[in-house]
Amino acid sequence: MTALSIETLTARHGLLEAVRGLTFSVAKGETLALVGANGAGKTTLLRTLAGAHPVHGGSIAVNGEDVTRLASHQRVRRGIALVPEGRKMFATMTVAENLKLGAMAGRKGEWSIERIIGIFPNLEKRLHHKTGHLSGGEQQATAIGRALMSNPEILLLDEVSLGLSPLIIDRVYASLDGLMTSGTTIILVEQDLSRAMAVADRVICMLEGKAVLEGRVDELTREQVTEAYFGLNRTRTEKVPA
Amino acid sequence: MTNQIIQGILLGGYYALIACGLSFMFSVMRIINLAHGSLAVSAAYLIFVLSERAQLPLWACFLIAMAVMAAAGWLIQRLILVRAARGGHLLPILSTFGLSMVIENALFEQFGADTRSLANAIGDLSWDSWEPISGLYVGKLPVLIFVTAVVMLAGLQLMLSYTRIGRAIRATAEDPDTAGLVGIDARRVNAAAAAIALVTVTVAGMVLGMRATFEPYSGAPQLLFAFEASVIGGAGSLWGTLAGGIILGLAQTFGAAIHPLGFLIAGHAVFLIILFARLMVPDLASMPARLIGRGSVA
Repeated sequence: MTALSIETLTARHGLLEAVRGLTFSVAKGETLALVGANGAGKTTLLRTLAGAHPVHGGSIAVNGEDVTRLASHQRVRRGIALVPEGRKMFATMTVAENLKLGAMAGRKGEWSIERIIGIFPNLEKRLHHKTGHLSGGEQQATAIGRALMSNPEILLLDEVSLGLSPLIIDRVYASLDGLMTSGTTIILVEQDLSRAMAVADRVICMLEGKAVLEGRVDELTREQVTEAYFGLNRTRTEKVPA
Repeated sequence: MTNQIIQGILLGGYYALIACGLSFMFSVMRIINLAHGSLAVSAAYLIFVLSERAQLPLWACFLIAMAVMAAAGWLIQRLILVRAARGGHLLPILSTFGLSMVIENALFEQFGADTRSLANAIGDLSWDSWEPISGLYVGKLPVLIFVTAVVMLAGLQLMLSYTRIGRAIRATAEDPDTAGLVGIDARRVNAAAAAIALVTVTVAGMVLGMRATFEPYSGAPQLLFAFEASVIGGAGSLWGTLAGGIILGLAQTFGAAIHPLGFLIAGHAVFLIILFARLMVPDLASMPARLIGRGSVA
């Protein structure tokens, strides 16, 4: 069953088309990795899906419902949650307050502060600390926890490993493992190709706002992805059947 | 000296009360509401009409006025400020300036230039005082106003810290875009914040009518004192507003003791000195708030 589908989606930064007529869909429970070099349009795509960036053309549907014209807070209520690049913590508020804010949308579900602490145990001692005083890894855990508190059907993760040490990245991904097998649909933007291909079911490689390569992870070679990632063969747009 | 300090502190409570809504609105919506004084005066008129003409008890007048002003705050945000904000940062400020003109002239049209007061409705409280030690008189009304200011600021602080709407207001004040990403409707939250701000304005309006007379154009000096208290205390900080009000009240009281004309001049001089010091030493911005406690919304 399709959780999210987008049709000829276009998003702009001024006159520049950052996302150019993109069409794809994501099945329920699937983990999709969006890879591509800087400026490929991955972050703009995630922000557009979350309603934080305006849609210029095309459409976005969640569980068959058109959400293209909905504001970001309305999309959270439809089950889309974004863990934004740079975490975007409410720095003057505590970890507990940030997590409670995640539940503001009022969606019913299993996520609670106790369960978040279950997957990020290091947050327990930090619950009443302001997030502005936390380490990068703790902030990232809080950002993911805050998104999960909205009980999302579709979780958008933008560069969760950015600025973190390899050890912390391992911990963050280890904590996401359970999530990926729990039926939550995940769209993941990741610069680290190996990491993305290790956790995702499917990969879309973006270049200059377009999908230049799409396919299941087990059907693509690393060379194919690398070639598409760097735009080494720009005349070819491949789509490996799912 | 002791008398002046006490009177100055109590006067500061009044300034904190009128500055509270201005400071709250600035910290949440980043809007300097130039209609703040006129709105307080219109609340005073509303209570006056309900009390004098409808003969309702003062507490009932106050509750009705609070509900009306809260609705007005919601509407002002949704119908004026949201639309004005699309035109840039300056337009909302100009819109509130225009709103104050409309309110003042509408009040003048309706009530004329006669001064009014709510003193009749509170009887002895308007002039009664205690004499804790010989020669030192402490007015009951100023004490009540000071206590009201502290209770209102504490109430706002508790609301911001421990309630769902309080957290949403703080999140929206800090980063409205990210607030949207966690499911908060920033427009709705800002409208709620405007309604809360106008409830505090209603309290200020009632207190204004209880301690002094008012007429349609009384809003401007109220706005000026509220603005000075707010800036002295560190714009956007609730407890800083109380500190700012007390500093302003003390300056005015000591100024008046030096020379009859010194009341206003001393207050303005302290405001300008602190403003100048702030521009030179940015760290001073949060000092009154730090001295008296926390309470910044964002």
